[in-house]
Amino acid sequence: MFIIDYIKEVYSAVKSLLKGMKLTGYYFTHHKEIITQQYPEVKQTLPERFRGEVVMLHDENNEHACTGCTACELACPNATIKIITKFDVSPEGKKKKALDTFVYHLELCTMCNLCIEACPTDAIKMAQTFEHSVFDRSLLTKKLNKPGSKIREGVE
Amino acid sequence: MFEEIGTTAEGDLVINMGPQHPATHGVLHLLITLNGETIKKVEPHLGYIHRSIEKMCESLTYRQFIYVTSRMDYLSAHINNHCCALCVEKGLQIEIPSRAQVIRILVDELTRIASHELWWGAMAMDLGAFTPFFYAFRERETINDIMEETSGARLTMNYIVPGGVMADIHPNFQKRVKSFIQLFKSKVDEYDELVTGNVIFQGRMKGVGVLSKEDAISYGCTGPAARGSGVNCDIRKLYPYEIYNTLEFDEILETAGDSFARYMVRIREMKQSIRIIEQLIDNIPEGDFQAKTKAVLKLPKGEFYQRVETARGELGVYIISEGGTTPYRIKFRSPGFSNLSALDHIARAGKIGDLVATMGTLDLVIPDIDR
Ligand code: SF4
Ligand code: SF4
Repeated sequence: MFIIDYIKEVYSAVKSLLKGMKLTGYYFTHHKEIITQQYPEVKQTLPERFRGEVVMLHDENNEHACTGCTACELACPNATIKIITKFDVSPEGKKKKALDTFVYHLELCTMCNLCIEACPTDAIKMAQTFEHSVFDRSLLTKKLNKPGSKIREGVE
Repeated sequence: MFEEIGTTAEGDLVINMGPQHPATHGVLHLLITLNGETIKKVEPHLGYIHRSIEKMCESLTYRQFIYVTSRMDYLSAHINNHCCALCVEKGLQIEIPSRAQVIRILVDELTRIASHELWWGAMAMDLGAFTPFFYAFRERETINDIMEETSGARLTMNYIVPGGVMADIHPNFQKRVKSFIQLFKSKVDEYDELVTGNVIFQGRMKGVGVLSKEDAISYGCTGPAARGSGVNCDIRKLYPYEIYNTLEFDEILETAGDSFARYMVRIREMKQSIRIIEQLIDNIPEGDFQAKTKAVLKLPKGEFYQRVETARGELGVYIISEGGTTPYRIKFRSPGFSNLSALDHIARAGKIGDLVATMGTLDLVIPDIDR
Protein backbone atom coordinates (compact mmCIF):
# COMPACT_ATOMS: atom_id res chain seq x y z
CA MET A 1 0.00 0.00 0.00
CA PHE A 2 2.77 2.36 0.90
CA ILE A 3 4.35 1.94 -2.51
CA ILE A 4 1.09 2.72 -4.30
CA ASP A 5 0.54 5.87 -2.26
CA TYR A 6 4.07 6.91 -2.96
CA ILE A 7 3.71 6.43 -6.70
CA LYS A 8 0.40 8.29 -6.64
CA GLU A 9 2.05 11.18 -4.86
CA VAL A 10 4.90 11.30 -7.34
CA TYR A 11 2.43 11.19 -10.19
CA SER A 12 0.36 14.10 -8.87
CA ALA A 13 3.52 16.10 -8.16
CA VAL A 14 4.76 15.63 -11.69
CA LYS A 15 1.32 16.47 -13.03
CA SER A 16 1.12 19.73 -11.08
CA LEU A 17 4.63 20.63 -12.20
CA LEU A 18 3.75 20.00 -15.83
CA LYS A 19 0.65 22.13 -15.44
CA GLY A 20 2.83 25.01 -14.34
CA MET A 21 5.31 24.33 -17.13
CA LYS A 22 2.48 24.38 -19.66
CA LEU A 23 1.61 27.91 -18.61
CA THR A 24 5.23 28.98 -18.81
CA GLY A 25 5.46 27.37 -22.23
CA TYR A 26 2.37 29.20 -23.39
CA TYR A 27 3.85 32.59 -22.60
CA PHE A 28 7.18 31.55 -24.07
CA THR A 29 5.58 30.90 -27.45
CA HIS A 30 3.02 33.74 -27.45
CA HIS A 31 5.00 36.85 -28.14
CA LYS A 32 2.18 39.34 -27.96
CA GLU A 33 2.34 39.06 -24.22
CA ILE A 34 5.93 40.27 -24.03
CA ILE A 35 5.97 43.53 -22.14
CA THR A 36 9.65 44.39 -21.91
CA GLN A 37 10.42 47.88 -23.17
CA GLN A 38 13.51 48.52 -25.25
CA TYR A 39 14.80 51.39 -23.17
CA PRO A 40 16.75 53.60 -24.05
CA GLU A 41 16.15 53.04 -27.78
CA VAL A 42 12.39 53.25 -27.35
CA LYS A 43 11.24 55.70 -24.75
CA GLN A 44 7.83 55.59 -23.22
CA THR A 45 5.76 58.74 -23.16
CA LEU A 46 4.84 59.41 -19.58
CA PRO A 47 1.38 60.56 -18.49
CA GLU A 48 0.96 64.31 -18.16
CA ARG A 49 0.59 64.10 -14.39
CA PHE A 50 3.86 62.24 -13.92
CA ARG A 51 6.07 63.92 -11.34
CA GLY A 52 9.57 64.16 -12.69
CA GLU A 53 10.92 67.48 -11.49
CA VAL A 54 9.65 70.93 -10.66
CA VAL A 55 9.96 73.45 -13.48
CA MET A 56 8.84 77.02 -13.86
CA LEU A 57 6.61 77.92 -16.77
CA HIS A 58 7.85 80.66 -19.07
CA ASP A 59 5.95 82.06 -22.03
CA GLU A 60 7.41 83.20 -25.35
CA ASN A 61 8.26 86.66 -23.93
CA ASN A 62 10.39 84.98 -21.25
CA GLU A 63 7.88 85.90 -18.60
CA HIS A 64 6.75 83.79 -15.67
CA ALA A 65 3.96 84.02 -13.13
CA CYS A 66 5.97 83.78 -9.93
CA THR A 67 5.43 86.62 -7.50
CA GLY A 68 8.03 85.43 -5.03
CA CYS A 69 5.39 84.83 -2.36
CA THR A 70 7.32 81.83 -0.87
CA ALA A 71 4.16 79.76 -0.46
CA CYS A 72 5.89 76.86 -2.19
CA GLU A 73 8.96 77.20 0.02
CA LEU A 74 6.77 76.97 3.10
CA ALA A 75 4.79 74.03 1.74
CA CYS A 76 7.85 71.96 0.95
CA PRO A 77 8.63 69.39 3.64
CA ASN A 78 12.28 68.98 2.66
CA ALA A 79 13.53 72.55 2.24
CA THR A 80 14.00 71.81 -1.43
CA ILE A 81 13.01 75.28 -2.56
CA LYS A 82 14.69 78.52 -1.67
CA ILE A 83 13.13 81.75 -2.94
CA ILE A 84 15.42 84.75 -3.11
CA THR A 85 13.51 87.97 -3.59
CA LYS A 86 14.55 91.45 -4.63
CA PHE A 87 12.82 94.80 -4.89
CA ASP A 88 11.82 96.01 -8.32
CA VAL A 89 11.47 99.74 -8.71
CA SER A 90 8.63 100.66 -11.02
CA PRO A 91 8.83 103.72 -13.35
CA GLU A 92 6.70 105.62 -10.86
CA GLY A 93 9.35 104.97 -8.26
CA LYS A 94 7.31 102.44 -6.28
CA LYS A 95 9.14 99.52 -4.74
CA LYS A 96 7.68 96.07 -5.34
CA LYS A 97 8.81 92.66 -4.09
CA ALA A 98 9.71 90.32 -6.94
CA LEU A 99 11.45 87.04 -7.54
CA ASP A 100 15.21 87.16 -7.91
CA THR A 101 16.18 83.48 -7.93
CA PHE A 102 14.15 80.32 -7.55
CA VAL A 103 16.62 77.78 -6.22
CA TYR A 104 15.53 74.17 -6.54
CA HIS A 105 17.49 71.28 -5.07
CA LEU A 106 16.50 68.32 -7.17
CA GLU A 107 18.50 65.96 -4.97
CA LEU A 108 16.28 66.80 -1.98
CA CYS A 109 12.97 66.66 -3.79
CA THR A 110 10.61 63.77 -3.13
CA MET A 111 8.15 64.73 -5.88
CA CYS A 112 5.33 65.10 -3.42
CA ASN A 113 3.55 67.81 -5.44
CA LEU A 114 2.82 69.93 -2.37
CA CYS A 115 4.59 73.00 -3.77
CA ILE A 116 2.58 72.86 -6.98
CA GLU A 117 -0.61 72.64 -4.94
CA ALA A 118 0.42 75.59 -2.80
CA CYS A 119 1.33 77.99 -5.60
CA PRO A 120 -1.45 80.58 -5.92
CA THR A 121 -0.49 81.66 -9.45
CA ASP A 122 0.34 78.26 -11.00
CA ALA A 123 3.83 79.47 -11.79
CA ILE A 124 5.43 76.05 -11.34
CA LYS A 125 4.53 72.59 -12.52
CA MET A 126 5.85 69.06 -12.67
CA ALA A 127 7.79 68.07 -15.78
CA GLN A 128 7.72 64.56 -17.23
CA THR A 129 11.46 64.04 -17.22
CA PHE A 130 13.11 61.23 -15.37
CA GLU A 131 16.71 60.91 -16.55
CA HIS A 132 18.24 62.98 -13.81
CA SER A 133 21.59 61.28 -13.27
CA VAL A 134 24.63 63.55 -13.40
CA PHE A 135 28.28 63.13 -12.45
CA ASP A 136 28.44 66.05 -10.06
CA ARG A 137 25.95 66.61 -7.29
CA SER A 138 26.14 70.37 -7.60
CA LEU A 139 24.50 70.10 -11.03
CA LEU A 140 21.32 69.04 -9.28
CA THR A 141 20.91 72.47 -7.72
CA LYS A 142 18.98 74.39 -10.31
CA LYS A 143 17.83 77.91 -10.89
CA LEU A 144 14.31 77.62 -12.23
CA ASN A 145 13.62 81.15 -13.46
CA LYS A 146 15.37 81.69 -16.77
CA PRO A 147 18.02 84.43 -17.00
CA GLY A 148 16.49 87.78 -17.87
CA SER A 149 12.97 86.58 -17.21
CA LYS A 150 10.48 88.77 -15.42
CA ILE A 151 7.00 88.51 -14.03
CA ARG A 152 4.11 88.63 -16.45
CA GLU A 153 2.02 91.78 -16.45
CA GLY A 154 -1.08 91.59 -14.34
CA VAL A 155 -0.06 88.66 -12.15
CA GLU A 156 -0.49 89.58 -8.50
CA MET B 1 22.49 40.15 26.33
CA PHE B 2 22.58 39.25 22.67
CA GLU B 3 23.97 35.89 21.81
CA GLU B 4 27.25 35.83 19.99
CA ILE B 5 27.87 34.18 16.68
CA GLY B 6 29.44 30.76 17.20
CA THR B 7 28.63 27.85 19.44
CA THR B 8 26.83 28.15 22.77
CA ALA B 9 27.69 26.22 25.93
CA GLU B 10 25.04 23.63 25.08
CA GLY B 11 26.61 23.04 21.72
CA ASP B 12 24.01 24.97 19.71
CA LEU B 13 25.04 26.91 16.68
CA VAL B 14 24.24 30.62 16.52
CA ILE B 15 24.14 32.05 13.01
CA ASN B 16 23.25 35.30 11.31
CA MET B 17 20.60 35.78 8.71
CA GLY B 18 20.78 39.24 7.24
CA PRO B 19 20.91 42.19 7.47
CA GLN B 20 21.91 41.75 3.83
CA HIS B 21 19.98 38.67 2.84
CA PRO B 22 17.82 38.38 -0.27
CA ALA B 23 15.05 36.51 1.49
CA THR B 24 14.47 39.07 4.23
CA HIS B 25 13.36 41.60 1.60
CA GLY B 26 15.07 44.40 3.43
CA VAL B 27 17.57 45.02 6.13
CA LEU B 28 16.31 42.68 8.80
CA HIS B 29 18.83 40.88 10.94
CA LEU B 30 17.86 37.54 12.45
CA LEU B 31 20.05 35.78 14.97
CA ILE B 32 19.15 32.12 14.79
CA THR B 33 20.07 29.51 17.38
CA LEU B 34 20.17 26.08 15.81
CA ASN B 35 20.33 22.59 17.15
CA GLY B 36 21.32 20.69 14.05
CA GLU B 37 18.70 21.84 11.56
CA THR B 38 16.07 22.58 14.16
CA ILE B 39 15.48 26.16 15.17
CA LYS B 40 15.69 26.81 18.90
CA LYS B 41 15.34 30.54 18.83
CA VAL B 42 14.96 33.40 16.35
CA GLU B 43 15.95 36.82 17.57
CA PRO B 44 15.14 39.71 15.20
CA HIS B 45 17.45 42.70 15.49
CA LEU B 46 15.96 45.90 14.24
CA GLY B 47 17.07 49.40 13.53
CA TYR B 48 18.99 49.08 10.29
CA ILE B 49 16.52 51.25 8.43
CA HIS B 50 15.31 53.43 11.26
CA ARG B 51 14.72 56.95 9.99
CA SER B 52 12.89 58.33 13.03
CA ILE B 53 9.81 59.08 11.01
CA GLU B 54 7.77 59.75 14.15
CA LYS B 55 10.22 62.41 15.31
CA MET B 56 10.42 63.87 11.81
CA CYS B 57 6.66 64.25 11.72
CA GLU B 58 6.78 66.48 14.78
CA SER B 59 8.47 69.19 12.78
CA LEU B 60 6.19 68.91 9.74
CA THR B 61 2.78 70.49 9.34
CA TYR B 62 -0.39 68.44 9.05
CA ARG B 63 -0.26 68.77 5.29
CA GLN B 64 3.38 67.83 5.03
CA PHE B 65 3.65 64.84 7.36
CA ILE B 66 1.35 62.68 5.26
CA TYR B 67 3.89 62.15 2.48
CA VAL B 68 6.49 60.78 4.94
CA THR B 69 4.24 57.89 5.88
CA SER B 70 4.50 56.58 2.32
CA ARG B 71 8.02 55.62 3.27
CA MET B 72 6.89 53.33 6.07
CA ASP B 73 5.02 50.53 4.41
CA TYR B 74 5.85 51.57 0.89
CA LEU B 75 3.73 48.81 -0.63
CA SER B 76 0.58 50.22 0.90
CA ALA B 77 1.72 53.82 0.73
CA HIS B 78 -1.69 55.08 -0.22
CA ILE B 79 -3.38 53.35 2.70
CA ASN B 80 -0.86 54.82 5.12
CA ASN B 81 -1.58 58.28 3.74
CA HIS B 82 -5.26 57.55 4.04
CA CYS B 83 -4.94 56.75 7.72
CA CYS B 84 -3.06 59.98 8.46
CA ALA B 85 -5.52 62.05 6.50
CA LEU B 86 -8.45 60.45 8.34
CA CYS B 87 -6.82 61.20 11.67
CA VAL B 88 -6.26 64.85 10.76
CA GLU B 89 -9.81 65.11 9.43
CA LYS B 90 -11.09 63.71 12.71
CA GLY B 91 -9.36 66.55 14.50
CA LEU B 92 -10.55 69.19 12.06
CA GLN B 93 -14.05 67.71 11.95
CA ILE B 94 -14.49 68.31 8.26
CA GLU B 95 -16.87 66.51 5.98
CA ILE B 96 -15.29 64.71 3.05
CA PRO B 97 -17.12 64.86 -0.29
CA SER B 98 -18.48 61.46 -1.23
CA ARG B 99 -16.60 61.50 -4.52
CA ALA B 100 -13.33 61.79 -2.64
CA GLN B 101 -14.32 58.93 -0.34
CA VAL B 102 -15.02 56.62 -3.23
CA ILE B 103 -11.81 57.54 -5.03
CA ARG B 104 -9.84 56.93 -1.86
CA ILE B 105 -11.32 53.48 -1.39
CA LEU B 106 -10.82 52.56 -5.04
CA VAL B 107 -7.16 53.45 -4.86
CA ASP B 108 -6.88 51.72 -1.46
CA GLU B 109 -8.12 48.47 -2.89
CA LEU B 110 -5.94 48.76 -5.98
CA THR B 111 -3.00 49.28 -3.66
CA ARG B 112 -3.97 46.22 -1.68
CA ILE B 113 -4.06 44.10 -4.82
CA ALA B 114 -0.72 45.48 -5.98
CA SER B 115 0.80 44.75 -2.60
CA HIS B 116 -0.53 41.19 -2.50
CA GLU B 117 0.67 40.63 -6.05
CA LEU B 118 4.18 41.64 -5.13
CA TRP B 119 4.02 39.49 -2.01
CA TRP B 120 2.85 36.52 -4.07
CA GLY B 121 5.71 36.84 -6.53
CA ALA B 122 8.30 37.37 -3.82
CA MET B 123 6.88 34.55 -1.74
CA ALA B 124 7.16 32.10 -4.62
CA MET B 125 10.67 33.33 -5.27
CA ASP B 126 11.58 32.67 -1.64
CA LEU B 127 10.60 29.08 -2.24
CA GLY B 128 12.72 28.87 -5.36
CA ALA B 129 10.16 29.47 -8.09
CA PHE B 130 11.28 32.35 -10.24
CA THR B 131 8.58 32.53 -12.91
CA PRO B 132 5.68 33.66 -10.67
CA PHE B 133 7.63 36.79 -9.86
CA PHE B 134 7.36 37.95 -13.46
CA TYR B 135 3.71 37.06 -13.72
CA ALA B 136 2.89 38.94 -10.55
CA PHE B 137 4.79 41.98 -11.71
CA ARG B 138 3.04 41.93 -15.05
CA GLU B 139 -0.35 42.52 -13.43
CA ARG B 140 1.06 44.82 -10.80
CA GLU B 141 2.51 46.97 -13.54
CA THR B 142 -1.00 47.62 -14.85
CA ILE B 143 -2.04 48.94 -11.45
CA ASN B 144 1.08 51.06 -11.21
CA ASP B 145 0.32 52.54 -14.60
CA ILE B 146 -3.20 53.42 -13.50
CA MET B 147 -1.81 55.09 -10.37
CA GLU B 148 0.81 56.92 -12.36
CA GLU B 149 -1.79 58.35 -14.67
CA THR B 150 -4.07 59.51 -11.90
CA SER B 151 -1.71 60.58 -9.15
CA GLY B 152 1.58 61.13 -10.94
CA ALA B 153 3.64 58.57 -9.07
CA ARG B 154 3.80 54.81 -9.07
CA LEU B 155 4.51 53.80 -5.52
CA THR B 156 4.82 56.66 -3.04
CA MET B 157 1.90 58.52 -4.45
CA ASN B 158 0.99 61.18 -1.89
CA TYR B 159 -2.39 61.37 -3.57
CA ILE B 160 -4.34 62.10 -0.40
CA VAL B 161 -4.58 65.49 1.23
CA PRO B 162 -6.63 66.34 4.32
CA GLY B 163 -10.10 66.96 2.97
CA GLY B 164 -10.04 64.70 -0.05
CA VAL B 165 -7.64 63.75 -2.80
CA MET B 166 -5.07 65.92 -4.51
CA ALA B 167 -6.50 65.75 -8.02
CA ASP B 168 -9.54 64.32 -9.68
CA ILE B 169 -9.23 60.90 -11.27
CA HIS B 170 -7.81 60.79 -14.75
CA PRO B 171 -10.46 60.55 -17.50
CA ASN B 172 -9.06 57.13 -18.39
CA PHE B 173 -9.23 55.84 -14.84
CA GLN B 174 -12.56 54.04 -14.98
CA LYS B 175 -11.87 52.49 -18.36
CA ARG B 176 -8.46 51.24 -17.34
CA VAL B 177 -9.59 49.88 -13.99
CA LYS B 178 -12.36 47.96 -15.72
CA SER B 179 -9.95 46.43 -18.17
CA PHE B 180 -7.67 45.59 -15.25
CA ILE B 181 -10.52 43.76 -13.53
CA GLN B 182 -11.03 41.69 -16.67
CA LEU B 183 -7.32 40.99 -16.94
CA PHE B 184 -6.96 40.11 -13.29
CA LYS B 185 -9.89 37.73 -13.28
CA SER B 186 -8.37 35.75 -16.10
CA LYS B 187 -4.93 35.74 -14.51
CA VAL B 188 -5.72 34.90 -10.92
CA ASP B 189 -6.60 31.36 -11.91
CA GLU B 190 -3.19 31.10 -13.50
CA TYR B 191 -1.71 31.80 -10.08
CA ASP B 192 -3.48 28.78 -8.69
CA GLU B 193 -2.35 26.69 -11.63
CA LEU B 194 1.23 27.79 -11.32
CA VAL B 195 1.77 27.86 -7.58
CA THR B 196 -1.18 27.07 -5.33
CA GLY B 197 -1.92 23.69 -6.86
CA ASN B 198 1.71 22.67 -6.96
CA VAL B 199 2.30 19.67 -4.74
CA ILE B 200 5.82 20.67 -3.79
CA PHE B 201 4.60 24.11 -2.82
CA GLN B 202 1.81 22.69 -0.72
CA GLY B 203 4.17 20.25 0.90
CA ARG B 204 6.38 23.10 2.01
CA MET B 205 3.53 25.25 3.25
CA LYS B 206 0.98 22.98 4.88
CA GLY B 207 1.48 22.34 8.57
CA VAL B 208 4.51 24.63 8.65
CA GLY B 209 4.78 27.66 10.89
CA VAL B 210 1.56 27.10 12.77
CA LEU B 211 0.22 30.06 14.71
CA SER B 212 -2.73 29.30 16.95
CA LYS B 213 -5.63 31.69 17.34
CA GLU B 214 -4.73 32.48 20.97
CA ASP B 215 -1.12 33.19 20.11
CA ALA B 216 -2.10 35.37 17.17
CA ILE B 217 -4.17 37.49 19.54
CA SER B 218 -1.59 37.60 22.32
CA TYR B 219 1.20 38.62 19.95
CA GLY B 220 -1.01 41.34 18.54
CA CYS B 221 -0.90 39.97 15.01
CA THR B 222 -3.26 41.62 12.58
CA GLY B 223 -4.09 41.40 8.92
CA PRO B 224 -3.79 38.26 6.83
CA ALA B 225 -1.25 36.84 9.28
CA ALA B 226 -3.90 36.71 12.01
CA ARG B 227 -6.85 35.94 9.74
CA GLY B 228 -5.01 32.81 8.66
CA SER B 229 -5.44 31.67 12.26
CA GLY B 230 -9.13 32.53 12.35
CA VAL B 231 -8.97 35.86 14.19
CA ASN B 232 -11.62 38.39 13.17
CA CYS B 233 -9.51 41.47 12.78
CA ASP B 234 -10.47 43.20 9.55
CA ILE B 235 -10.68 46.88 10.52
CA ARG B 236 -12.80 47.50 7.45
CA LYS B 237 -15.47 45.31 9.04
CA LEU B 238 -14.91 45.95 12.75
CA TYR B 239 -14.40 49.72 12.71
CA PRO B 240 -15.55 50.79 9.25
CA TYR B 241 -14.12 54.04 8.00
CA GLU B 242 -15.19 56.06 4.97
CA ILE B 243 -17.96 54.08 3.28
CA TYR B 244 -16.77 50.55 3.92
CA ASN B 245 -19.92 49.78 5.93
CA THR B 246 -22.04 50.21 2.82
CA LEU B 247 -19.98 47.84 0.71
CA GLU B 248 -20.41 44.15 0.26
CA PHE B 249 -17.34 42.06 0.84
CA ASP B 250 -16.31 39.16 3.00
CA GLU B 251 -13.74 39.06 5.70
CA ILE B 252 -11.51 36.17 4.69
CA LEU B 253 -10.85 33.70 7.46
CA GLU B 254 -8.86 30.49 7.42
CA THR B 255 -8.57 28.31 10.46
CA ALA B 256 -5.50 26.17 9.96
CA GLY B 257 -3.06 28.87 11.06
CA ASP B 258 -0.20 27.47 9.01
CA SER B 259 1.75 29.08 6.20
CA PHE B 260 -0.68 27.79 3.60
CA ALA B 261 -3.65 29.34 5.40
CA ARG B 262 -1.97 32.73 5.45
CA TYR B 263 -1.16 32.28 1.77
CA MET B 264 -4.77 31.47 0.91
CA VAL B 265 -6.08 34.46 2.88
CA ARG B 266 -4.12 36.83 0.66
CA ILE B 267 -5.08 35.10 -2.56
CA ARG B 268 -8.74 35.21 -1.59
CA GLU B 269 -8.46 38.77 -0.33
CA MET B 270 -7.39 39.94 -3.76
CA LYS B 271 -10.66 38.63 -5.16
CA GLN B 272 -12.59 40.48 -2.45
CA SER B 273 -10.78 43.69 -3.35
CA ILE B 274 -11.85 43.17 -6.94
CA ARG B 275 -15.40 42.78 -5.64
CA ILE B 276 -15.19 46.11 -3.84
CA ILE B 277 -13.76 47.84 -6.90
CA GLU B 278 -16.51 46.40 -9.08
CA GLN B 279 -19.16 47.85 -6.79
CA LEU B 280 -17.65 51.30 -6.87
CA ILE B 281 -16.13 51.79 -10.28
CA ASP B 282 -19.40 52.61 -12.03
CA ASN B 283 -20.82 54.50 -9.08
CA ILE B 284 -18.34 57.28 -8.49
CA PRO B 285 -20.57 60.15 -7.37
CA GLU B 286 -20.26 63.51 -9.05
CA GLY B 287 -19.03 66.45 -7.07
CA ASP B 288 -15.91 67.87 -5.55
CA PHE B 289 -12.86 65.77 -4.99
CA GLN B 290 -11.65 67.96 -2.15
CA ALA B 291 -13.36 69.74 0.69
CA LYS B 292 -12.52 73.36 1.26
CA THR B 293 -9.85 73.56 3.91
CA LYS B 294 -7.80 76.40 5.31
CA ALA B 295 -4.33 76.92 3.87
CA VAL B 296 -2.80 76.38 7.30
CA LEU B 297 -4.29 73.49 9.22
CA LYS B 298 -4.47 73.68 12.99
CA LEU B 299 -5.73 70.76 15.01
CA PRO B 300 -7.51 71.56 18.27
CA LYS B 301 -5.77 70.58 21.49
CA GLY B 302 -6.32 66.93 22.18
CA GLU B 303 -5.56 63.38 21.15
CA PHE B 304 -6.73 61.69 17.97
CA TYR B 305 -6.50 58.09 16.92
CA GLN B 306 -7.43 56.43 13.68
CA ARG B 307 -6.88 52.93 12.41
CA VAL B 308 -7.17 51.43 8.98
CA GLU B 309 -6.58 48.06 7.41
CA THR B 310 -3.47 48.12 5.26
CA ALA B 311 -2.35 45.21 3.13
CA ARG B 312 -0.43 43.91 6.15
CA GLY B 313 -2.84 44.54 8.97
CA GLU B 314 -3.89 47.25 11.32
CA LEU B 315 -2.17 50.59 11.05
CA GLY B 316 -2.88 53.07 13.80
CA VAL B 317 -2.01 56.74 13.80
CA TYR B 318 -2.05 58.55 17.12
CA ILE B 319 -1.69 62.31 17.12
CA ILE B 320 -1.30 64.49 20.17
CA SER B 321 -1.95 68.11 19.34
CA GLU B 322 -1.18 71.16 21.41
CA GLY B 323 -3.28 73.29 19.13
CA GLY B 324 -0.45 74.33 16.84
CA THR B 325 0.30 73.74 13.19
CA THR B 326 2.54 70.75 13.87
CA PRO B 327 1.77 67.68 15.94
CA TYR B 328 3.21 67.53 19.44
CA ARG B 329 3.72 63.80 19.17
CA ILE B 330 2.89 61.17 16.59
CA LYS B 331 2.88 57.45 17.16
CA PHE B 332 2.37 54.83 14.48
CA ARG B 333 1.16 51.38 15.33
CA SER B 334 2.55 49.45 12.42
CA PRO B 335 1.30 46.00 11.52
CA GLY B 336 4.68 44.59 10.54
CA PHE B 337 6.20 45.08 13.97
CA SER B 338 3.61 42.99 15.79
CA ASN B 339 3.56 40.35 13.10
CA LEU B 340 7.33 40.03 13.30
CA SER B 341 7.15 39.48 17.05
CA ALA B 342 5.32 36.22 16.42
CA LEU B 343 8.11 34.93 14.16
CA ASP B 344 10.17 33.49 17.02
CA HIS B 345 7.16 31.62 18.32
CA ILE B 346 6.08 30.07 15.04
CA ALA B 347 9.55 29.26 13.74
CA ARG B 348 10.66 27.49 16.92
CA ALA B 349 11.03 23.73 16.65
CA GLY B 350 10.74 24.05 12.88
CA LYS B 351 13.50 23.45 10.38
CA ILE B 352 15.78 26.21 9.19
CA GLY B 353 14.78 25.45 5.62
CA ASP B 354 11.22 26.45 6.43
CA LEU B 355 12.12 29.73 8.06
CA VAL B 356 12.17 31.67 4.81
CA ALA B 357 8.76 30.35 3.80
CA THR B 358 7.31 31.18 7.21
CA MET B 359 8.75 34.65 7.11
CA GLY B 360 7.40 35.10 3.60
CA THR B 361 3.85 34.36 4.69
CA LEU B 362 4.07 37.03 7.39
CA ASP B 363 4.66 39.50 4.55
CA LEU B 364 7.17 41.68 6.35
CA VAL B 365 8.07 45.08 5.00
CA ILE B 366 11.12 46.15 6.95
CA PRO B 367 10.79 49.97 6.69
CA ASP B 368 7.36 49.53 8.22
CA ILE B 369 8.86 47.71 11.20
CA ASP B 370 11.69 50.15 11.82
CA ARG B 371 10.04 53.38 10.70
S1 SF4 C 1 7.65 68.28 -4.95
FE1 SF4 C 1 7.60 68.24 -2.72
S2 SF4 C 1 9.72 67.93 -2.11
FE2 SF4 C 1 9.75 68.58 -4.25
S3 SF4 C 1 10.00 70.80 -4.17
FE3 SF4 C 1 7.80 70.39 -4.26
S4 SF4 C 1 7.13 70.35 -2.14
FE4 SF4 C 1 9.35 70.13 -2.12
S1 SF4 D 1 6.34 79.56 -7.46
FE1 SF4 D 1 4.28 80.12 -6.80
S2 SF4 D 1 4.26 79.71 -4.60
FE2 SF4 D 1 6.39 79.70 -5.23
S3 SF4 D 1 7.08 81.81 -4.84
FE3 SF4 D 1 6.42 81.73 -6.96
S4 SF4 D 1 4.28 82.37 -6.92
FE4 SF4 D 1 4.83 81.85 -4.81
